[in-house]
Amino acid sequence: MRFERRQKVSPLWLVGAPVAAMALALAIAGVLIALAGAPVLEAYGRILTGAFGSRLSATETLTRATPLIFTGLAAAVAFRAQVWNIGAEGQLYAGALAVVALGAATPAGLPPALLIPALMAAGAVAGMVLLLVPVFLRLRFGVDEVVTTLLLNFIVLLFVSLAVEGFLRDPLAFGWPQSVPVAEEAMLPQIVPRSRLHAGLLVAVLAALAVFVVNRATVFGLQSRAAGLNAAAARFSGVPIGRTLLLVACLSGGLAGLAGAVEVLGVKGYVSTDLSPGFGYSGIVVAMLAALNPIGVIFAALFVATMFVGADGMSRALDVPSFIADVTVSLALLTMLVALFFTSYRVRR
Amino acid sequence: MAGTPILHLDGISKAFGPVAANQDISISLARGEVLALLGENGAGKTTLMNILFGHYMPDAGRVRVDGRDLTLGRPRDAIGAGVGMVHQHFTLAPNLTVLENVMTGTESLFAPASRTRAARARLAELAERFGLAVDPDARVSALSVGERQRVEILKALYNRARILILDEPTAVLTRPEAERLFATLRGMAGQGLSIIFISHKLHEVLSAADRVVVLRGGRVVAERATVATSREELAELMVGRRVTRPVRGAGTPGEVIVRARGVTAGVPGATRLHGVDFALRAGEVLGIIGVSGNGQTTLAQLLSGLARADAGEVTLLGRDATGLTPRALVGMGVGRIPEDRNTEGAVGEFPLWQNAVLERIGDPRFARRGLVRRAAARAFCGKVIERFDLRGGTPDTPTRQLSGGNMQKLIFGRNLWDAPRLLIAAQPTRGLDEGAIAAVHAEILAARAKGCGVILISEDLDEVLALADRAQAIVRGRLSPPVATDRLDARRLGLMMAGEWQGLDDAV
Repeated sequence: MRFERRQKVSPLWLVGAPVAAMALALAIAGVLIALAGAPVLEAYGRILTGAFGSRLSATETLTRATPLIFTGLAAAVAFRAQVWNIGAEGQLYAGALAVVALGAATPAGLPPALLIPALMAAGAVAGMVLLLVPVFLRLRFGVDEVVTTLLLNFIVLLFVSLAVEGFLRDPLAFGWPQSVPVAEEAMLPQIVPRSRLHAGLLVAVLAALAVFVVNRATVFGLQSRAAGLNAAAARFSGVPIGRTLLLVACLSGGLAGLAGAVEVLGVKGYVSTDLSPGFGYSGIVVAMLAALNPIGVIFAALFVATMFVGADGMSRALDVPSFIADVTVSLALLTMLVALFFTSYRVRR
Repeated sequence: MAGTPILHLDGISKAFGPVAANQDISISLARGEVLALLGENGAGKTTLMNILFGHYMPDAGRVRVDGRDLTLGRPRDAIGAGVGMVHQHFTLAPNLTVLENVMTGTESLFAPASRTRAARARLAELAERFGLAVDPDARVSALSVGERQRVEILKALYNRARILILDEPTAVLTRPEAERLFATLRGMAGQGLSIIFISHKLHEVLSAADRVVVLRGGRVVAERATVATSREELAELMVGRRVTRPVRGAGTPGEVIVRARGVTAGVPGATRLHGVDFALRAGEVLGIIGVSGNGQTTLAQLLSGLARADAGEVTLLGRDATGLTPRALVGMGVGRIPEDRNTEGAVGEFPLWQNAVLERIGDPRFARRGLVRRAAARAFCGKVIERFDLRGGTPDTPTRQLSGGNMQKLIFGRNLWDAPRLLIAAQPTRGLDEGAIAAVHAEILAARAKGCGVILISEDLDEVLALADRAQAIVRGRLSPPVATDRLDARRLGLMMAGEWQGLDDAV
């Protein structure tokens, strides 16, 4: 059996392959649900109602999707230029920490319309800095950024732990390890009353659109893609590879930092070591599911959020472990990667 | 030569998707015969030999050795039947010795010990008998290309090959090395081995083979005894129409536009340049001729803005080359043809239009305020496609779908559109077929006629003799003095490429 590159990819494949991949993933997960002794269709029905069945659950799913859009974009932007940023989790916490450190004491006189963007920018900058260092080390000394970004995640998390137990500790939290809250007027407005859904979702969607435009229309987008796909050709063409990759690091790290900033300003109001249930790592899955397409990231993030929020309800009703959400998302990732492969290659004997 | 037939290929067909690589090909080979398989790139030569050797499964047809059918698609069966293959890209392990490489795959994994002594004796005997001297204990990484090829041949012989297939065996050799190889092959044929070699070089086919089979478009178009054919006939059979490479006329060299004095430079993984001197005038072609791996890469990178001189000075169009980036060079009117068009020349996944403008994206024609002007870039690409007769692509076609010749047209086109004053062409026809070579040569001569100075870095003697006004040989990072090509012939150039330029009295 051999694989041959397809000369032309029909539009049917481009649409059909991802759809078939999702269907296949759900089918395989269905077998597992059946093995757990639950009716498969009802289980999927419960996941859907659990995620979208009520106003509360729908807003909860969207709230959950918001940081995933940011971290998914962070991964998509970096991977497109072959910068292997596995550190979105750390960058998210760095962003969150920066927001709390600056936003806890009410900065005198700043109106919310200025305060909120300023804090978000601070979060983005913190994420940027955290990724700029590994990318710089790679450019200067050839240090593999997969290792450095991954390990920085643990360092940052330990630093957060240090902060919430120490210099940022909230004395009014009855001993819970959490930081002082940010000022009330710094919090993002809710977009659905009496829910947790906040304006961060809109920022996330705008960010996806912005990344789409940057990729498609700008010189930077063209050059970063060239640097990622074929560094030798990019170098020959005079693409300033170092500068381009540092800019990519700013964009990717900034987006991951925003995820943390928005999570603090929109949902929690403070930082703790359980701020993120692995949003940074899930962002990688989201980006791959979306084939690194920034608009696709929105939908992939929604899918992942649906599975996680919906599986909780399903688990309670049908006694299937909620780990089925992890399994389904992982299966979807695998089938999607296979589907993407088969959109570019065909099998020949 | 007229021995008994040892090999029959019978009605071989093989398609890759819609492309028929081989269509109903039948060939026979006699004992003690040297057969050349001649054809352009994509004619199906390598596919056919891979079928014979068992790498590919044909859609139809059969292979018989000594009247016995071969199980197709099984290299082991081919080796067992006495078929040995020397690939164009060698398949030796560089970290093992010659002896270890030769023995690889010949012993059972479960043998209690390796029988090195017997193997050593046999290798020595083979080397002696066929005149293929190599040190059995040398590491392959320390061997020259020619020596590695000998090891490949020895490896096939060690496997008791009676039919030897060589895929483009001279692609990496100097002419003296190639002549030596063919003398060896003739000697082997004299001892009863049968040999098939693949080539697209007419002179070596005529001088080394008994018989030649010409493939075109996956079919056998002709079969000739080499004594009964001519270069012209073979060229026409191979291409399918009359192709003549253009030859330069009288030129009118102008002022000096490039001058290098005592340049020493190095890039990672390539041979360093040592104290190199050369000069180029407007409207002339300077050929830098040499076997690849002698510093051409460093020279090309130096002139293309990718490397810096450690010592000495380079002046390009009146400016010191130190500090000139690729974009600056392009902006000054320097066209650059990269040595390796697939890795450096284009991003394969990009559509043509992006590759057409990537190195000119700093030009306000193609980008304004950081935004790509897609319409203008597309239009530019469309004009290049039309003017340079680029086939098989629109501005939106992924670049990797182009053939090598058409990709080279894209690269030439984007560089020549703005009538550059200087063209750096590194190995511009490497791997191209005869038709595409003629087109590239015509473009280089047209640029020269318009007053463009051309530095042509090449390993093809005929190319340099046809295009260059003056030539310098490059050997182990040093350049010979320049010699007017009018006073050179292939033999003399070949000697220069081997490093023998002492007593050149006609330097110009």
